[in-house]
Amino acid sequence: MSDLVVNDVSMVFETPSGEQVHALNDVSFSLKQGDLLSILGPSGCGKSTLLNIIAGFLAPTKGTVALASTELHGPGSDRGMVFQQGALFEWLTVAENIAFGPQMKGTPKEEIDATVNHLLETVGLQDFGDKPIYELSGGMQQRVALARCLANDPDVILMDEPLGALDALTREKMQSLVLKLWKETGKTIILITHSVEEALFLGEKLFVMAPRPGRIKKQYSLPFADAGLTQNPREIKASPEFIKTREEILTMIWEMEEEIMGLAATGTGG
Amino acid sequence: MTLIEKLKIKLGIEAGGLTKRKTVTFGDTSAVADGRLWSILSVFVLSVVWYMGSALELVNPIFWPAPGAVWDQFAAISQDGYRNFSLLEHVWASLYRILVGFAVGCLIGIPLGFAMGLSQVMRGWFDPIVEFFRPIPPLAFIPLVIIWSGIGERSKILLLFFAALWIMVIAARAGVGSVKLSKIHAAYSLGATKKQVLFHVILPNSLPEIFTGMRVAMGICWGTVVAAELVAAESGVGFMIMAASKFMATDIVVLGVIIVGLIGYAIDILMRKLEAKLIPWKGKA
Repeated sequence: MSDLVVNDVSMVFETPSGEQVHALNDVSFSLKQGDLLSILGPSGCGKSTLLNIIAGFLAPTKGTVALASTELHGPGSDRGMVFQQGALFEWLTVAENIAFGPQMKGTPKEEIDATVNHLLETVGLQDFGDKPIYELSGGMQQRVALARCLANDPDVILMDEPLGALDALTREKMQSLVLKLWKETGKTIILITHSVEEALFLGEKLFVMAPRPGRIKKQYSLPFADAGLTQNPREIKASPEFIKTREEILTMIWEMEEEIMGLAATGTGG
Repeated sequence: MTLIEKLKIKLGIEAGGLTKRKTVTFGDTSAVADGRLWSILSVFVLSVVWYMGSALELVNPIFWPAPGAVWDQFAAISQDGYRNFSLLEHVWASLYRILVGFAVGCLIGIPLGFAMGLSQVMRGWFDPIVEFFRPIPPLAFIPLVIIWSGIGERSKILLLFFAALWIMVIAARAGVGSVKLSKIHAAYSLGATKKQVLFHVILPNSLPEIFTGMRVAMGICWGTVVAAELVAAESGVGFMIMAASKFMATDIVVLGVIIVGLIGYAIDILMRKLEAKLIPWKGKA
């Protein structure tokens, strides 16, 4: 099994003014194949840094990340990325974007075509294969981004606020799509988001991170993602249990934000 | 829509659709129609002023020839050529020089710009060189290139290469700089190698900037070749103008000027058409 193990990861760097920033401090956790983890936290808590380390775009100052018992150095096609927006290649059509990964690997054309057609259908874009990217709406573009990532059949999918730029309605639809894809493909997913509701609804596990130094403040195991596969998302989000957890987390994040603001106001931040 | 409204839109003096209902148009450039009617009028009025000025003998033809005289020269030179070369040969001589100089400038400038965008050594090494030569007008090198290569083809091509080179270096470098990091990251995460990232992401992504550079370079090259031919050449539109001026043949001079203007205009239209065809995503990302 392709377990992802993050062991004792720290990230310390110095700003040009000589200030030491502890972006991450001894972060450890492990995920089993097929886990869906969402990460929340105020800005500056190191969640993006953590995702970039797992993706291999940053090397931690201490600690290791291993996938299927192999230590990771640098990016690779075993970990797919879905970005917020603008990471699609606008000089390619929808189908060509999805085919990008397999094409780079030199996969035979018939095989690529089959994968692309299948994925176009999976994300509901079967009639849009020949369209240029810039003619698609934001929600459709993110569907392409998901499909492009899946075309490579990665073990882990890393999502950096993938739905952050979408309007509320499209966002809800896309959340259901993410759940559906998660169930169908059995991929490990790590999702960073600013929306507490989204983190709760999609995360089978949820980390709330805290800043200065960046760390995991609280971990949750949640039932909502599994329920979301069969039940109406709106009902789940309106359930007392969901609302109770949501308020608890919101309060926690509020307090952290207040603390940061307070530190900044009295000039002792740093 | 009435026929008159359609005609007004065609002539560019009235907007159609929702734009017509806009109340704020001063400052909203998209609401300003292209005013094609005024373009037609301005060309027409200029022509009439020129024609009437000559017909009423308001200007000495030595200073500014009559349209008829220019037309006669056009007919005569088209027929018999001018100074050992036909009119087409003169035009082609100028075009050939810019095409070769521009092409070599692109072939060297674009890879160099890419290298400067991607490698620390190349950036550091070439930055002072590029920044030093870039602001020098290419014409300042005419005396030098004549000493090096005489007044033959080579000196002009060298000059035009120089004119295009710095523009293309800077355009290609800006193109590399315009790549969004998330695109690069996405490509690596999809298993692309460095080489694949270069050719499948960085190169296509920088095409809009490169094309803008090409348009600018083409314009500069066209201006430079005419000027260079004024100084030293045996053929070309610039040579035609210069040779004619020595005999006070202003009708040929004006003919040459009109040809220069029309070809420059045609080149830019061609480049814009090419751009729309080759880079349809420009400005839409």
